[in-house]
Amino acid sequence: MKEKITGAEALIKSLLAEGVDLVYGYPGGAIIPVYDKLYDYQDQLKHILVRHEQGATHAAQGYARVTGRTGVVMVTSGPAATNVITGISDAMLDSTPLVVITGQVASHTLGTDAFQETDVVGITQPITKWAYQIRRAEDVAWAVARAFYIASNGRPGPVVLDFTKDAQTALVDWQHKPCRYIRSYIPKPELDKDKIQQLADMINAAERPMIISGHGVMIANAEDELKAVAEKGDIPVTSTLLGLSTMRSDHPLYKGMLGMHGNIGPNVNTNRCDLLVAIGMRFDDRVTGDTCSYAKQAKIAHIDIDKAEFGKNIPVDLAVHADAKEALKALLPLIEHRDHSRWNASFDEFNAVERERVIEAEVFPKEGGMRMGEVVNKVSQAAGEGAILVTDVGLNQMLSSRYFNYTAPKSIITSGGLGTMGFGLPAAIGAKMGAPDRTVCFFTGDGGLQMTIQELGTILEYGTAVKIILLNNNFLGNVRQWQKLFFNARYSATPMINPDFVAIADAYGIRGENVETRDQLQGAIDRMLAHDGPYLLNVNIDVDDMVFPMTPAGAPVDTIMLNPDERFSLPENPA
Amino acid sequence: MEKQLFTVTVFSENQVGLLNQISIIYTRRGINIESLTVSPSSVEGVHKFTITSWSTRDLMEKVVQQIEKRIDVLRAFLYTDDELVYQEVALYKVPTVKILDETNLEDIIRAHNARILEITREYTVLEKTGHNDETEALFEVLKKYDIRQFVRSGRIAVTKSTQEYFTQFLEDETRRRALGML
Repeated sequence: MKEKITGAEALIKSLLAEGVDLVYGYPGGAIIPVYDKLYDYQDQLKHILVRHEQGATHAAQGYARVTGRTGVVMVTSGPAATNVITGISDAMLDSTPLVVITGQVASHTLGTDAFQETDVVGITQPITKWAYQIRRAEDVAWAVARAFYIASNGRPGPVVLDFTKDAQTALVDWQHKPCRYIRSYIPKPELDKDKIQQLADMINAAERPMIISGHGVMIANAEDELKAVAEKGDIPVTSTLLGLSTMRSDHPLYKGMLGMHGNIGPNVNTNRCDLLVAIGMRFDDRVTGDTCSYAKQAKIAHIDIDKAEFGKNIPVDLAVHADAKEALKALLPLIEHRDHSRWNASFDEFNAVERERVIEAEVFPKEGGMRMGEVVNKVSQAAGEGAILVTDVGLNQMLSSRYFNYTAPKSIITSGGLGTMGFGLPAAIGAKMGAPDRTVCFFTGDGGLQMTIQELGTILEYGTAVKIILLNNNFLGNVRQWQKLFFNARYSATPMINPDFVAIADAYGIRGENVETRDQLQGAIDRMLAHDGPYLLNVNIDVDDMVFPMTPAGAPVDTIMLNPDERFSLPENPA
Repeated sequence: MEKQLFTVTVFSENQVGLLNQISIIYTRRGINIESLTVSPSSVEGVHKFTITSWSTRDLMEKVVQQIEKRIDVLRAFLYTDDELVYQEVALYKVPTVKILDETNLEDIIRAHNARILEITREYTVLEKTGHNDETEALFEVLKKYDIRQFVRSGRIAVTKSTQEYFTQFLEDETRRRALGML
């Protein structure tokens, strides 16, 4: 008879069977049996010891988003489990596949307020695709297989497995059986050919069509199909924040980012187009602004794999419940060659206003303090083809996502839905581990960096070659911008007294340098990129640097501030 | 938009924690659950929830979509009262001494189609099935006899359509299995 193994070993064997070779985690009392078994499997299953459990989830997110594979996190019960909540919630909003394993107290003590007990399933149910408590070693194989199936199929998302300590030590006859079907969950809908034909008819009839490319295009690996459809129909492509890099920045049909700090062309033309084709996106309020005035003149077609998204925020004329890649593939032969050059030129016309009124001063300033935009642009130019942008949250996020040059798919890792400060550093570690051959440029602020700064320890331990560009204005800059614009410049709790960041990096064995003035910038960037290993640039940013254009929260999408005092107005007779 | 009473029926796997998953969807949207009934359905292994709430159609359609999105939910449906045959049961406990002298008691019981379930020296328990307004009407009548306890069940309902929509799901499911998706 086959020898029985413990639940802990069954978990590790199940992870290996699912193709996992990397786990981010942090040990503790209620997960020790699993870590003990992990010791025997070190050659097959690499464990990355983070410095805080939150960091494990963000690192796994970064890894998942560059590789398209499911990120795995392993932590103990109680405080460790509550520390992963932010990352789980972030992964839920940004559709990132994670399997998070939390240790749990022994099943006979459940519900007794035992040491380090917390109701993990109860807490995580609202922020996961699935949360399950494994109370018997016999359930390990089934639960792990089901967890990976759920996390990675359909619209991806986080799954929590809460693993009681007695189930970890109990003996079981383990056998892996992959999950291929759950009767209550149909991840990939059957493609409705009629709907595709209707969509093609709408596109063929449109005079001013516009595509919104969202994160779903990236998740479905549909970048080539998107490009083919756009080129055949001569349809301008705009993107959401998470949809950036689904089309190369320099493609003539790529017209820019939507949303609060998006480009003028896409935002203004949202309310001028006659057909909006939204693919793998969810009409977030940061994209739509005021929903009552959003694209009222247009027909709206929405392709998404999650049918709960149809009509959630914006009523749509055609809902295509499908995988983005399959839908675009089926659509391509049905659409006709078109020439929308005049319509396409209108985007360029509006974007030219932005270039002159906003971008020139931000990216190519001749005098004054350094601007985030110019730093991002210089780094992006120097980093070259294939570089990955990782951002924290705030001004650094908006300015880096605006000015980074996207040359390859899956090139932006940012916390879009949850807007998690502190996301960036661990996410950059995960991104670099997932794509070791690509340059990872991590832009952060002095606020966000300090929220997970302990992960410098993880970089120290594993030598992860992340390029950290700290856009340091000694302020919580994004809040400061709102205070300046909407709260009479009363800077409540936003100035920061900061430590010597280069000294901190140095203490962690990470090379770094201060960039005080513009003339030091290019040389420092070159040294950073030439260095074989992690590097930190602490760049002294002008405190008054802000992100524009800006559609104020809740305002119509075409109400756009060019600066604190001026609004964009449509030129006469726009194309 | 005017609020009206909606009934959501949910068919789900019998998994721990599903009630919580469903109720938090109402919580997030700030919708009060008016009544709730959960029991095994006619299909083995499938549980049925019947949930009523006052809301708008627009909001409830989104709620139903989000309920259906939960992994272990098989299907969820939205109904208004005109699409359903529905029923509740109410129990009324009154002091026996208060109704002993009531010459009218027979009339009340007949008029309301109520039943007496138990009589002791201390109390009498009446039962009435019906719609909310009907159980409420008897409550109003019995008030003067000093009702000691009153309880109303959640709603149970069947659709007026000839076939339960859920059977369509089961047929599709069989087809998917046959197609070898398993």
